[in-house]
Amino acid sequence: MSGERLLTINNLSVTFGGLHALRELDFHVDEGEIVSVIGPNGAGKTTFFNMISGMVTPTSGEIIFENQSLIGLDPNQVTARGIARTFQNVRLFANMTILENVMVAQHCRTKQGLWGALFQTSSFKREEEEIREWGEKVLGFFGTRLVGYRLDQPASVLSYANRRRLEIARAMATKPTILLLDEPVAGMNPKESEELTRLIGELRSEWGFTIVMIEHDMGVVRDVSDRVVVLDHGETIAQGSYEEVSTNPDVIEAYLGRPAEEAS
Amino acid sequence: MTDTTVLAPARGVLDQDWRKIVNYGLLLALAEVFIALANMPVGLDDFILIEPILSLGYVSLLWLPLLLGYSIGTEKVLEGVTSHAKGAREVVAGACVGLIGGGGVSGLVLLLDNFDLRDPLVNWSPQLLALLAFDNGVGYGVGVWLAIGGGLGLLGGSMHLIAPLARRVVSTMVLAVVGVAVLETILSDIAEDLFLEWLADWIYFIRGGVSLHGAATVAVVAGAYAVWGSKAVKGAKASYQALEGVERKQANKVSIAVVVAATILLPLVLGKITNELLANVGLFLLLALGLNIVIGLAGILDLGYVAFFAVGGYTTAILTSPNRGDSWPTWIPQVWWVVALMLVIVLAGLTGLFIGAPVIRMRGDYLAIVTLGFGEIIRLLFLSDWLGGFTGGAQGVTNVPGVQVFGLANVRGTDPRAVFYLVAFFCAIAIYVSWRLEKSRIGRAWMAVREDESVAEAMGINTVNVKLLAFVVGAVLASFSGAIFAAKVGSVFPTSFIILVSIVILIVVIVGGMGNIAGVVAGSVVLIGVLGGPKQPGLLQEFSEFKLLIYGALLVWMMLKRPEGLIPNVRRTRELHQDEFLQDAWLKGQIDEGDETGDGGEVAPA
Ligand SMILES: Nc1ncnc2c1ncn2[C@@H]1O[C@H](COP(=O)(O)OP(=O)(O)OP(=O)(O)O)[C@@H](O)[C@H]1O
Ligand SMILES: [Mg+2]
Repeated sequence: MSGERLLTINNLSVTFGGLHALRELDFHVDEGEIVSVIGPNGAGKTTFFNMISGMVTPTSGEIIFENQSLIGLDPNQVTARGIARTFQNVRLFANMTILENVMVAQHCRTKQGLWGALFQTSSFKREEEEIREWGEKVLGFFGTRLVGYRLDQPASVLSYANRRRLEIARAMATKPTILLLDEPVAGMNPKESEELTRLIGELRSEWGFTIVMIEHDMGVVRDVSDRVVVLDHGETIAQGSYEEVSTNPDVIEAYLGRPAEEAS
Repeated sequence: MTDTTVLAPARGVLDQDWRKIVNYGLLLALAEVFIALANMPVGLDDFILIEPILSLGYVSLLWLPLLLGYSIGTEKVLEGVTSHAKGAREVVAGACVGLIGGGGVSGLVLLLDNFDLRDPLVNWSPQLLALLAFDNGVGYGVGVWLAIGGGLGLLGGSMHLIAPLARRVVSTMVLAVVGVAVLETILSDIAEDLFLEWLADWIYFIRGGVSLHGAATVAVVAGAYAVWGSKAVKGAKASYQALEGVERKQANKVSIAVVVAATILLPLVLGKITNELLANVGLFLLLALGLNIVIGLAGILDLGYVAFFAVGGYTTAILTSPNRGDSWPTWIPQVWWVVALMLVIVLAGLTGLFIGAPVIRMRGDYLAIVTLGFGEIIRLLFLSDWLGGFTGGAQGVTNVPGVQVFGLANVRGTDPRAVFYLVAFFCAIAIYVSWRLEKSRIGRAWMAVREDESVAEAMGINTVNVKLLAFVVGAVLASFSGAIFAAKVGSVFPTSFIILVSIVILIVVIVGGMGNIAGVVAGSVVLIGVLGGPKQPGLLQEFSEFKLLIYGALLVWMMLKRPEGLIPNVRRTRELHQDEFLQDAWLKGQIDEGDETGDGGEVAPA
C-alpha cells in the first residue's frame, strides 16, 4: 500500500560527548505508511525524532526528505518542509488558549506581516479567518472535547489525555506530510488509547498523513503499524512486520536484558 | 471572607507566636533605623503635612509601626483550616512588635548621642538627634519613641477588632488626608485652573500643609466616600463585568471614548505644571509601550532599551539644530522635525537590527547582560571623539527647535500642553500598534516564543525573525519618544541617556503589568507622574532625593506581593499563579476531569 519514498536516512550517527545515542542508522518511510519505532528506555528513539526535526544535529550521515537534504536546517525550516512532531513530555503553550495553540502552529503556512495587522487589510482578515477555520477543523478531529467553550480556555486546564490530543492537533495544524508522534498514548487508559489508535488510522486514511510513531504500548503498535523498527543502544536491531519483530530473538533479548559479559 | 466562615473562638493573649513577633519587631526596628539614616525624617521635616502638628519627616517613621502592628495579626484564610476570631491577642502582638520597633529608634537615639559615626554614615547628624529627641533631651526621646512604637503597634493591632466597614473608613480617611497633604502643590495648581481657589485656601495652610479644619473636611469627605461611594463604584464594576458580548463591547467603546475625551480636554483646563508632568508621563509611557512589546509580548529582557531613545533624540537634534559640529561640512541639514522623524525611524530600525542580530539568539540572562552593554556602548559612542564632531561630545547638541505643526503651533518645552498633545498622539499610535500586533499572527508567534522557544521553533516559527521584529518595533517606538524629547527639551546630552532610564522604564512595565497596555499606562502614571522620572520631577518633588529608594522598595514589594503588576495581563497572571488559577478553574468546574467514558469533555462550564 505504500507509495513513493518520502524520507530516507542513511548511515546516521549522533553522539553526545562520548555517548553514541544513534549509531550508523538506516531508515526510510514511504508515503502513506505508518511506521512504529520501538525499543527499551534510553534506546535513542526520542533522539531519533529530535534529529529528524532539526533539534539535534547529527554527527554524520544524511537525511533526505522529498529528495532534499534536511541536514543543517533549523527546526522551523524542517516543519515548513512538512515534518511536524509531538513531544513525549507534552509541551503545549500552556498559557495560550486551545485555539491559539493550533493557530500559532500555522505560522509557517501563512504570511501576513506588520502591514496587514496594522492596516487590517482584507487579505489579513481573510487569512485570520482561514487560520481560525483550519484550527477549529483540526481540533474537531477529536470530537467535542477541544471545541466549543474549550476553544478559549488555556491549555493548562486540560486533562492529561486531552493535552496529548491537543499536541497532535497542533502538529496537524502545521499541515505536514509526515507526522512524528512521540508516545501518543502514554498515560492514557485502555479505552482512551484504543480510541486514539483508531484515530491514528484515520490520520492516514482521511487526512493523508504519513506517520512515524514511537510507542511502548505493544497493543497500539500491533494495531496500526505497517512496519516496526526496533532500536536498541542507538542501533536498528530489527525491522519488519509486527509479527516478524515480536518473535525476533534479538528483540526479545533487548527487552529482557542480555547476558552480563556483553553488557559490560 | 470573614462573614461566611465560621470562626473558632479567639485565642488566649499569651498564646502567641513569639518568634514571629520578634522577627517582625526586629524587621521594623531595622527599617526604622534605615529610614532615619537615609535622611528621610530630616530631609522631609520641612514638608508640613498638617499644620502645625505633623511633618512628612515624622510620618516617614510613623506609618511602619502602624502597618506592621496590623499585619502581624492578619493570617491567610484557607479553605479547610480553622481560623480564629480576632481579639486581645492581636492587639498585644501589634503592641509588642511596635514596642520592639520603637526600641530600635530609641537605641538609635542613644547611639546618636554617644558616638559620632558621621564618617561612614553621612546622615548621622545632630539634626537627626534633635529631631528624634523632639528637641527635648535624650531621655525624653527614648521614652517617647518606645511609647510611640508601642502605641502605634497597638493601634494597628486593634484595627482587627473593629468592623471591616469601620476599618475601611478609617484607612480611607487617613490615606486621603495624607494624600491631599502630600499632593498640595499640584492640587492647588489644579484647583486654581478650575477656579476652585477658595477650596484650596480652605484646605491648605498658607505656608504649606493642610490646616486642621482642612484635614477634618477631607477626612469627612473621604469617610463618606468609604461608606457610600465605594459601594457605588463596586456596583458599577460588577455590573460591567456582568455584561457580555455586544453590550460589553459597547461599554468598552464608551469608556475608551471617555478616556480619549479626557485626554483631549483635561490639558486645556490644567495649568503649566500639571501639563509638564503629563508630558513627561507621556514620554515615558511611549518608551514603556515600546518596551512592553519587546519584553511583555515577545519575552525578550532588553536592558539597553535607552539606546533607541538616544538614537531618536540625537538624530532629531543633529538634523534639526542650526548648531554646527566640527565634522560637518559647510552645509547644515536643519530640516523640519517631521522630515527628521522619517530618518529617525530608519536609523532606529537599523540600530535595532544591528544590536538585535548578534544578541537575539541568546537566551534569558545572557541577552539581558549583553543588551545592557549595548545600551552603554551607544551612549559612549555619542560621547566619543569619533562621533563628537556630529554629536558635540559632552556638550551635546543644543538649540534644537520645536516641532512646527503646519504653522498652527510650535511645540516645544515652553508650551507643555502642546508637547503633551504631540506625545499623546504618538502614544495613541503605540497603543494601536501594540493592540493590533498582539491579536495577529505575529503577536501569537511572540507569545509562543515567550512560552517555550524551542517548541515554538519546532512548530515552524522562525524565532530569530519574530524576535528581531519585536526588537525593531520596540526600537522605533522608543525613538519617537527620543525625537519628541529632543524637541521638548531643546537639547540633548549624553547624560540624558544613562542606564537608569532603561531601568526606570523596565520598572514602569513590571510594576504596571507586563504585557498589558492599561497596566503600562497605570505604571507610567503612578511612577513617572507621582514619583518622577530619572531626572524629571514628579508630583512628589519632595521625595526626589529618595526616588530611587522608593522605586527599589516598590519593586521588591511588588515582586513579593503582586508579581503580575498593578493591572495584570491575564496570561501572565496565569503563568505566575498557575496553582491558584488551576484551583480556581477546578472550583468553577472548568477543569477537564479526563474522560473515562471516552466520549466526555462536554461538561458544561459552570
Ligand atoms: N541532549 C542530550 N544530551 C546528552 N545526552 C542525551 C541528550 N538527549 C538524549 N541523551 C541521551 O541519549 C540516550 C537516548 O535518549 P532518548 O531520549 O532518545 O531515549 P528514548 O529511546 O526516547 O527513551 P524513552 O523510552 O525513555 O523515551 C539516553 O542515554 C539519553 O540520556
Ligand atoms: Mg523518548
